[in-house]
Amino acid sequence: MSTEAISNTVTKEILVSSSPHMVSDVSTKKIMWTVIITLLPACVFSVYYFGIDALTTILISALSAVMFEAIVQKIRKKPITVNDGSAFLTGMLLAMCLPATVPVYVPIVGSFFAIVVAKHAMGGLGQNIFNPAHIGRAALMASWPVAMTSWTNIRYPDALTSATPLGVLKLDGHDALINIFGSQSEMYTNLFLGLRNGCLGETSVILLVLGGLVLIYKRYIDWVIPVCMIGTVGILTWIFGGSNGLFSGDALFHMMAGGLIIGAFFMATDYVTAPITRKGQIIFAVGAGVITVLIRLLGGYPEGVCYSILLMNALTPLIDRFVKPVRYGRK
Amino acid sequence: MTLWKEFAKGWVIENPILVLALSLCPALAVTSSVVTSLTMGLVVMFVITSNNVVVSIVKKLVNPKVRVPVYIICIATIVTLASLLLQAYAPLLYKALGIYLELVVVFAIILARAEVFASKNNVGRAFLDGFGMGCGFTFAMLIIGVIRELLGNGTILGINILGTAYEPALIMILPPGGFLLIGYLVGLFKLWNMHMEKRQRIRGEAA
Repeated sequence: MSTEAISNTVTKEILVSSSPHMVSDVSTKKIMWTVIITLLPACVFSVYYFGIDALTTILISALSAVMFEAIVQKIRKKPITVNDGSAFLTGMLLAMCLPATVPVYVPIVGSFFAIVVAKHAMGGLGQNIFNPAHIGRAALMASWPVAMTSWTNIRYPDALTSATPLGVLKLDGHDALINIFGSQSEMYTNLFLGLRNGCLGETSVILLVLGGLVLIYKRYIDWVIPVCMIGTVGILTWIFGGSNGLFSGDALFHMMAGGLIIGAFFMATDYVTAPITRKGQIIFAVGAGVITVLIRLLGGYPEGVCYSILLMNALTPLIDRFVKPVRYGRK
Repeated sequence: MTLWKEFAKGWVIENPILVLALSLCPALAVTSSVVTSLTMGLVVMFVITSNNVVVSIVKKLVNPKVRVPVYIICIATIVTLASLLLQAYAPLLYKALGIYLELVVVFAIILARAEVFASKNNVGRAFLDGFGMGCGFTFAMLIIGVIRELLGNGTILGINILGTAYEPALIMILPPGGFLLIGYLVGLFKLWNMHMEKRQRIRGEAA
């Protein structure tokens, strides 16, 4: 037998590759587009609720993200992989964390920061330390704080108020918040359905949770991070969030308000920027919840989900280093 | 090394801020406008040049064991001179630079040039080295200052360039913008130096 023939039979019989060895039909492309589809209901709702501005913001953000991805990959002489949907998803998530009426340049600059600064400067897909969409949002918050906190609702100009529920809570307290919605139960209903002011994609709790549940059912994300993060926020705000001493806070409100739901289900679960082990993920999610509550109750901003996830992203390598699974053969 | 190269290396090849990464503190703190960047650059240029000359003159008199305190006293004297001059003739700039003017005493680049270069070379070369390094420092400060003021305020030297329609990106005059910009400029200078080195090597092989 010639050497060539031997090597042929070997490659046919023993396939040597690095782990993981299980073959499945799941690919980056499939996961990304599935996540985009699960986000679509919330996007459609935002267009219904905030008007055509929401649609243009989402489209500009997503398309400019794809454009920047293609340009950078061209410059870096890498294969152009805009079809895998990761840039589109980043742009879409970024838009969902913006007010609907931001000027055109805001989502474009945000996509630039997300794709060029946060993703490709770190080495591209799978190499970024921080969640790109949240880096985009943080850069925009630092650049144009006025545009980023102007909540004018074109479709329902006098529907509620021009501030977000968390903003009202921060400035005028819990009673003023209930006054706006009428009663406490009405407030919960409106928050649950998404009939409130805020960033365009974060409002509808029910649609976001449904999207997240689809991802959990398909095992694209684990339930640990969302449950731990939202749970931590709920428990801590229940204990410390009230004005009449301990254990009087409005946990339900804090769990549904702001960007917590979209952050916990779609941002904190990012494979690249979250810890690998389950124990690590619990530490990550609880930490993000604690920082969120600290910013909401004690910090200067009304909402802190974006910064809490970014701060925990920075700790992810450290968590992965210290929380290691027991190796086979060790006690 | 020729005298010209002694002067020119500070601009790009050994640029104090963007290649040697020394004195990043002022490069972040006072570069939010062109005027303060330029003033700081000129002050440092004056201090580093005069200090190099002084250190080069006294290099044989200084006991190596106490050289660092001696150099620091030289630098402090020159900085005091510069800050008094600025206070007398440009009080507004003096105020704008604030604490960073006094901090010039401990800028790494000034002590580094005294230690590495001026204490081992003659007065002429030390002068050229200090002047070149000072020019490179001012050059880097100006690049950073122009970009930050233009994007963060829409102006250069207080004159509106980008028109009233431009909404300034505040991040550029805040610290994170400074960090980001310096990071990308360092990368750009590195790329340029690598490119030039490669060209030189090819030329060397051809010859």
